[in-house]
Amino acid sequence: MQQLMISPGTLLDGYLVGERVHRGGMASLWAASHPDLPFPLLVKAPTLSEGTDPAAIVGFEMEQMILPRLTGRHVPKFIAQGTTGLQPYLIMERIPGPSLLPRLTELPLPWAEVAALGARIATALDDLHRQHVVHLDVKPSNLLVRPTGEVVLVDYGLSHHDELPDLMGEEFRLPYGTAPYMAPEQVLGLRRDPRSDQFALGVLMYFFVTGVRPFGDPQRLSGLKRRIWRDPVPPRKLRPDCPPWLQEIILRCLEVHPAWRYPTAAHLALALRHPDQVMLTARSEKLRQDPFTTVLRRRFADHQLVVPKGKAPARHDGDAPILAVAIDLSPEAAPIAGTLRSMVAHMLPALPGARVACLNVFKLGRITLDQTVDGEGRNIHLQRLVELRHWAEPLGLEEGRISFHVLQSPDPSSAILQYVNANHVDHVVIGARASSLRRSLLGSVSSQVAAQAPCTVTVVRARRLRHSDFKDEPEDKTESTWTVG
Amino acid sequence: MRIALLADIHANRLALEACQEHARSQGADRLVFLGDYVGYGPQPREVIERIMAETARGAIAVAGNHDQAVANDREAMTPDAETAMAWTRGQLGPEAREFLASLPLRFEDGTRLYVHASPQTYPPWIYIRESRDARRALEASRAQMVFCGHTHLPALHGITATGQLVSFTPVSSVPVPLPPQRRWLTVVGAVGQSRDGNPAAAYALLDTTTSTITHFRVPYDVQATAAAILDAGLPPALAARLRKGL
Repeated sequence: MQQLMISPGTLLDGYLVGERVHRGGMASLWAASHPDLPFPLLVKAPTLSEGTDPAAIVGFEMEQMILPRLTGRHVPKFIAQGTTGLQPYLIMERIPGPSLLPRLTELPLPWAEVAALGARIATALDDLHRQHVVHLDVKPSNLLVRPTGEVVLVDYGLSHHDELPDLMGEEFRLPYGTAPYMAPEQVLGLRRDPRSDQFALGVLMYFFVTGVRPFGDPQRLSGLKRRIWRDPVPPRKLRPDCPPWLQEIILRCLEVHPAWRYPTAAHLALALRHPDQVMLTARSEKLRQDPFTTVLRRRFADHQLVVPKGKAPARHDGDAPILAVAIDLSPEAAPIAGTLRSMVAHMLPALPGARVACLNVFKLGRITLDQTVDGEGRNIHLQRLVELRHWAEPLGLEEGRISFHVLQSPDPSSAILQYVNANHVDHVVIGARASSLRRSLLGSVSSQVAAQAPCTVTVVRARRLRHSDFKDEPEDKTESTWTVG
Repeated sequence: MRIALLADIHANRLALEACQEHARSQGADRLVFLGDYVGYGPQPREVIERIMAETARGAIAVAGNHDQAVANDREAMTPDAETAMAWTRGQLGPEAREFLASLPLRFEDGTRLYVHASPQTYPPWIYIRESRDARRALEASRAQMVFCGHTHLPALHGITATGQLVSFTPVSSVPVPLPPQRRWLTVVGAVGQSRDGNPAAAYALLDTTTSTITHFRVPYDVQATAAAILDAGLPPALAARLRKGL
């Protein structure tokens, strides 16, 4: 074995190397520090020796390309990269938290904990996918948890970046990944579909809820391909207390065809956080595997038909956004509610994968917080849900594409903003009331949401012609350039 | 150092100006011209004057097939290209012809090689369209990085010491690292006549400090150049393809 150029005490461009914390077939990791940086660091270097898997070096090259471009709480912060002698290395933030690997000894976990964990992983995946990266090796050892609770995705050696050459995909004929977690399309060599990561998360949630891997741990390509035609034993068969909605979500993630999974990881996170809004299909009730004849038919079908390679996956800048519509149900807002609905109706045909969340804020008094039941004993919360459904009825959206949420808060705009942030909403549609004394004193909800939301906001107004509309138009300055040109 | 690489200008002054301006704003320290200054387009004189001015200031320029065709009418060409070439010959004075004739076919700049079409000897002028063309081209050279034009289609190919090849269509304005473990072939796309459906001009910028290459698409007044093609009496199809970028 070639002598490593990195060992405890080595100084790499000002970074002091500490103890080795991991030694694997692909790479080694050392703790490290720098006097100017207040947090612990990690040095990663590929294993270079006779007989090393060439994928180790190519994977390291991919990570060198991808890691410096990533930002945010769900990835380790890139610090530096370089070469000492012939040994390339990467320096990154060392996440001060454990991976999910030690949890395997505690399986099965309570289903509620798995759902909560799954939601946090889906949020991390959504963050990564928005940065043009498909991870392709989602598994417990690559998921770390910050002390603040965010899940961090590590190891980009097998990842695919939409805007960079895919060294891994071009050079190796066999699929690379971790056998129990690999999506069917990944087994067939397709590496650019973000929904492959959803499949891996589905495997993880299944494993954590039942204590059993849905597709085992096959060691050969033929065993890997089995998941294309053989569906797993439904989780509720193994773990009867797993609720139908969670089985629905897990089995949807494990769909063979990527298009049958959630359009994006944000949709998946939304479902895991709102069990009451999950549309239950036959998946949720299933207690046995598909019948032999069905499996046999899939077994001998063309794999390219089962998992088509050509179809472009849903993109975040594309056609599957999460749309939040904030609806004011008060009688004086009735005209604007109608305008709002026709705006949404016009937007939907252009966004076939869109998921619509209808929001209404039930304003709590700041002092009397416990007035969810009014004088007639009617539950206001339920009443609001009924009214939201009534509002959405003319849109004709099938269940599963639309959900209804009554938020309770003394401050409507901050309640909407919180929802938008927590659920990675891509676009808010909100009505603005006509000017009123109250609005000019308190500031309008729509303008606060428009100013502070981290996404696109459409403010809808019911247009009425006013007296000032009949003044002369201002002169069109662009006209003169047309006549000259 | 930042090196701007510009190919296939094809007598399109506005596209060249736009790319020069863009490269300046990106902090380019050196310009490298990868051939085909004339042909197809309406402003061969102006373009050659600009290239001559840049080479006088230290820019590097190699010859392309259209540049060679000015003096040599045996180069095989499509009928429209042939018509445009006949017109171009009538536009160029002795100084411009002498400049084109003086250009080298290849230029080695340390570990970098600049050529118009490919590192292989010509004729024929080879088009690097597919991975296997790129493999042959990289195998014909020992340079760490080869830069060329000729196909008018931006592309990037890398090869390992063991002959593993990766090919990639670059995304505009996204820097791509070129790790030293591989040798790289960059096809920079065309300044003056794009052919990938995007009519904007294309060029690439190499940053030798970070070893990254960035392909850029630069908008210019396509309609004005198309109008000038028609005014010059050149084949209308050449104006139409410029508008569509095909």
